Amino acid sequence: MNALIQQTREHRRSWMTPAQLIGALLLIVWVPLMAYVMFHQALGIAAPYVLLPSVPAVLALYVMAIYHWRESWVAVLGVTLVCFWLLVAVTVPYLPLLDPNKPLVPLALPGALKHGMSFMLGSDMRGRDVLSRTLWGCQRVLVWGITATSVAYVVGVGLGLIGGYLSGWWDEAVTFVGNVLLSFPVMVLFILVLNVLGQSGFNIIIAVTFSSAPIIMRIVRGLAMQEKSRDYIQAAQTRGESALWIMVMELLPNIRGPLIVDACLRLGYTTVAITTLTFLGLGLQPPDPDWGLMIKEAAPVALLWKYSYMLLVPSLAVTSLILGFNLTADGLREMSQRD
Amino acid sequence: MSVTFRSRSDDTPILECRNLSVTYSGRRGDVPAVVDFNLTLMRGEAHGLVGESGCGKSTIALAIMRYLGVSGRITGGQILFQGRDLLSLDAAELRQVRGADIAMIYQEPMASLNPSLTIGEQLIEVPMCHEAVSRREATKRARAMLERVRLADGDRMMRSYPHQLSGGQQQRIVIAMALLSHPKLLLLDEPTTALDVTVEAGIVDLIRDISAEFGTSMLYISHNLGLVRETCDRMTVMYCGQPVEVGRVQSVFSRMRHPYTRGLFAAIPSLGADKNTRPLTAIAGQLPAPGERPAGCAFGPRCASFVAGRCDQGTIPLAKVDALTGHVSRCVRVDEIDWLAEPPPREQRSTDVLSESVVSVSALTKRYQQVSANDGLSFEVNRGETVALVGESGCGKSTFARILMGLVQATSGSVTLSRVELSQLPVTKRSMKTIRSLQMIFQNPFDTLNPSHTIGAQIARVIRRLGIERDEARIRARVLELLDLVKLPRQFADRRPRQLSGGQKQRVGIARAFAGKPAVVVADEPVSALDVSVQAAITELLIDMQRREGTTLLFISHDLSVVRYLADRVVVMYLGQIMEQGRTQEVFAPPYHPYTEALLAAVPVADQNMLKRKVLLGGEMPSASQPPPGCRFSTRCSYRISGVCDVLAPPNQEFASGHRIACHLPREHLLAMQPVFREASQKTDYVS
Repeated sequence: MNALIQQTREHRRSWMTPAQLIGALLLIVWVPLMAYVMFHQALGIAAPYVLLPSVPAVLALYVMAIYHWRESWVAVLGVTLVCFWLLVAVTVPYLPLLDPNKPLVPLALPGALKHGMSFMLGSDMRGRDVLSRTLWGCQRVLVWGITATSVAYVVGVGLGLIGGYLSGWWDEAVTFVGNVLLSFPVMVLFILVLNVLGQSGFNIIIAVTFSSAPIIMRIVRGLAMQEKSRDYIQAAQTRGESALWIMVMELLPNIRGPLIVDACLRLGYTTVAITTLTFLGLGLQPPDPDWGLMIKEAAPVALLWKYSYMLLVPSLAVTSLILGFNLTADGLREMSQRD
Repeated sequence: MSVTFRSRSDDTPILECRNLSVTYSGRRGDVPAVVDFNLTLMRGEAHGLVGESGCGKSTIALAIMRYLGVSGRITGGQILFQGRDLLSLDAAELRQVRGADIAMIYQEPMASLNPSLTIGEQLIEVPMCHEAVSRREATKRARAMLERVRLADGDRMMRSYPHQLSGGQQQRIVIAMALLSHPKLLLLDEPTTALDVTVEAGIVDLIRDISAEFGTSMLYISHNLGLVRETCDRMTVMYCGQPVEVGRVQSVFSRMRHPYTRGLFAAIPSLGADKNTRPLTAIAGQLPAPGERPAGCAFGPRCASFVAGRCDQGTIPLAKVDALTGHVSRCVRVDEIDWLAEPPPREQRSTDVLSESVVSVSALTKRYQQVSANDGLSFEVNRGETVALVGESGCGKSTFARILMGLVQATSGSVTLSRVELSQLPVTKRSMKTIRSLQMIFQNPFDTLNPSHTIGAQIARVIRRLGIERDEARIRARVLELLDLVKLPRQFADRRPRQLSGGQKQRVGIARAFAGKPAVVVADEPVSALDVSVQAAITELLIDMQRREGTTLLFISHDLSVVRYLADRVVVMYLGQIMEQGRTQEVFAPPYHPYTEALLAAVPVADQNMLKRKVLLGGEMPSASQPPPGCRFSTRCSYRISGVCDVLAPPNQEFASGHRIACHLPREHLLAMQPVFREASQKTDYVS
C-alpha cells in the first residue's frame, strides 16, 4: 500500500486537458472583449492593448474547431462564419479603418475615393464610413448577444435543474413562473422591460433572460427528469450526496450535449432580437455603430436603389452571423449523432 | 421433450442460407458481422441460433428479412426461400414475401403493436390485407386465432388497446398476428427475453406447439441454451459471426464438440449445484472487438486447447462430428481434444455464516396510494450470509431495496441495520456510518456509471465522500487497489465508461460498492443484463469480494438458477408478500410453496441430465392495486381450496428450522410433494 501511495505521488497529471485548454482560450477571447465594449472608459489608457492576446486565441480556437469537426461541412462553414466575426471583433481597433462615428463625406458610393479617403463600401448620409461602422458594429452585437444568452442560460439551467431534479413543490413553482413569462409575446416583453428599466445594454440582458430563460428551463427540466431515473443518480443518492452536488456534478455534464446545440441556436435568436430592438430604437443607443441601428438609419435613404448598399451591408453582416450560429448548431447535432 | 423426429413430405427446404456473409460499413471501415453462414431449415422444423451479444444472430434474421438498413450489406452467398433467391427480389415482391411468407417476432412486444389501435383492428387487418377477405370473415379468423394462442376472454381482448394487456398477453397477440397470415417461416428474435420466467414458460410452450400445429418452420434466436434445448430440433452455436457448432439439439447437448459451446455451458449455473460444489467457469478473455477478428479460429485466443500454428492459421472448416445427424464443429482439434476429461477440480469452498442478525425486517409495509408494494415482510439476514429475494416483476423486491437504501420510506413496520431503525429514515438523514455500511450494486451496467466522469474519479468520489481516506495520494492508491481487486487493469482509472464493456462496467460498479468496506451490499439483479460468459465472471467476482470482506449480500433476482447457485438463504416473494423462505436447499426441494413449485418448473434447463416435471400455472398476475383477498397466489394456484384460500390469509407453516411456507395446504400434502427436478438415469458424456 505504501509503495502504491509513493508511486501515485510521483504520478503526474498531464498539464492541461483539451477541455481546460478550450475553456482557457475562450476566457482569453471573452474577458478582454467584454471589458473593451462594456467598460471602455474604465480601462483608460490600457484600452488599446487589452484585445491583443485575444487575436491568437481566436485563431487557435478556429484551427481546433476546424480540425475537430472537419467531417461535417455544415459545422465547418458555421464555425468559419462565427470565427470570422469574432476575429473582426477583436482586431477591429488595430485595422486601418476610418473613424466610424465621424461625419466625413456624405453619400459616397462604394469604391469612391474622396479627399484622399477610400470608402470601400461607401458612406452613409451623414458621411460615416459604412465598412468601418459594420466592422465596429459586430463588437456590440457579439458582446451583448453572447452575454445575454449566457446569463439567460445560467438562470434557465439553474431553474431547470431545480424543477427537474427536486420536482414536487419546487417544480410546480418554477414551471408556473416560466409559464407566466412565456405567455407574453416576446416583443411585448422586451418593450415592457426596456421601458420600465430604461434603455441600456444591461437591461437588454435582463429582457433576453426574461424571454429565453423559461424556454431553456423547460428543456433542462425535461432532460433532467429523464436523466434522474438512471442508476448512477441513485448510486449518488445512496452514498448521501447533496442535491446540489447531484444536480451540478452528476446531472449537468450528461445533459450538456443537447444544451450546447440549443445554445448555438439561441445565440442566433438573441442576435435577431437585439438587432430588432435597436432597429426599433430601443436598447443600445447611438452614436456607437450597431447593425440594427445602421439598418434603421439607412431605411429611408435606401429606398433609392443607388443607396441600397447602406441597407445591404449591415443586413448581410447580421444574416451571416446568425447563419453561422445556426449552421454550427446543425453541425454539432450532426456530429453528436454520428458517435 | 420437444425433440421428436418429424417426417417430411417435401424435400425443398423452406429456408436455405448458403455461405451468407453480411458486412456493416461504418466510419471506421467495414466490419464483417456474419461470415460464411450456412443453414438448411425444413418444413415444420425449429432451428435455434445461440450465442452472446454481437455474435451476429440478429443480423442473420435481419438479412433474411432484408431489413439490414443503410449500413448493412450482404456481401456474399445466397438466401433461398423455398428455392427462390430472396436477394434477387424487387421491393414489391419482397413486401409480399415479408408479410405473407416470413414473419418476424421481436423481443419487445409493445414495439410491434400500434398503441392507438385496438387489438381487434390490428388482427383483422392481416387477413384483410393479405387475402382480401371480408371484414366479417377476418374478424372470425382473428377471434379463432386468439384461442389458438391460448388467450382467454377473446372478445374483451379484441376490444382492448395494447397497453391494457400484460407483456405475456402482448407477445401472444404478436404471435397470433404473425400466424394469421399463415407464414411458412417464423423468425423469433429473443421473443421471451423481456418477460417473466413463468410467462416465458407459457410462451415457450406455445411456440413449441406452433410448428406441430401449423407446420411453420422457425428460426429461434436466443442467448439462453436452456430455451433452445426446450424449443428446437436443431441448433447453431454462433461465435463472432460464424457458426462454430451445428447439429441436432440432443446431439449437441450430449456431445459438445467445440470449446466455445462447452465454455458457454460451464458458465451457466445449473439447478443441481451451488457455489460450494460446482464453481462457475467463465470463458477467459473477451469477445474480440468488431473488425478485429483473430486469424484462424476466432475463438482461439480464449480457448484452453489452443495450439499455436494450427488454430491461428487459414480458415477453419466445419469438421464432422456425427455424419448421421449432421453434427459439425468448427474446431481443427475436434478429434484430438479429450472431450471426456474432467475439468480441473476446483477447491471446495464453504461459507462462514455467523448467526448474528445484521438486517432485520419485521412487518414491513409500503403503500403507494392504492398499490401495496410490500405487505408485511418479515425476515432476518445474518452476517456474512447471502440472502436472495426472488420473484417476478412487480413482486416488490426492488421496492424493498429502495426502502432499505433510504430512497423511499416505509408506510409501517421496521427495518433495522445493526439495530438502527431505517424504515422511516431517508438517506439524506442517515449517519455517515450507516451510509458507509450499506451500499448497492445496480442492475443496468450501462446506467450504473456516470458517463461524464472517469472511472477513477467516480471511485475516488465514493472514497472521499464516505470519508475513508482524505489524502489525495492515498485516495488514488485505494482506487488502484480496488481496480486490482475487481481484476481490471489500472489504466482504466483514466478511462470513461463508454470505453468499457458491460461486464467491465459492472466490475467498476462492484468496486464502487465495496470501496467503503460496507457491512451489507444490496445487489439488484447485478448480472441479468450481461451475457452468459460475463455473468459467470461477475458472479464469481461477487462471491470473491464477499468472502474477502466478509460482507453480507442481499441479492435481488428473478433468475432462480443464479439464486440457487449463489444464495445461502432464499426469500420467495409474490405480489408484495413472502410466500416461502428458508435455506436454499430447503426451498429448492419439497415441500414447496405452490408458487415456488411453479417458478422452478418454469426455468428453462440446459442440462441434459436434469428431468423437469411440468407444472401448469394458469392466469395472469393480478394487479397490485387490487390484490386478491386471502392468499395472494390463490387466483393462479392449482391446489386452491375454495372457500379457504380465497378468504383467509395463509398461516406460516414451519418445516425445517427457518423454512417457512405461507400456505393453507395441509402439512402432509406439502410434505408429499414431488421434486420438480430429477437426475436423468441415462448419463451423457459431458461431465461438468
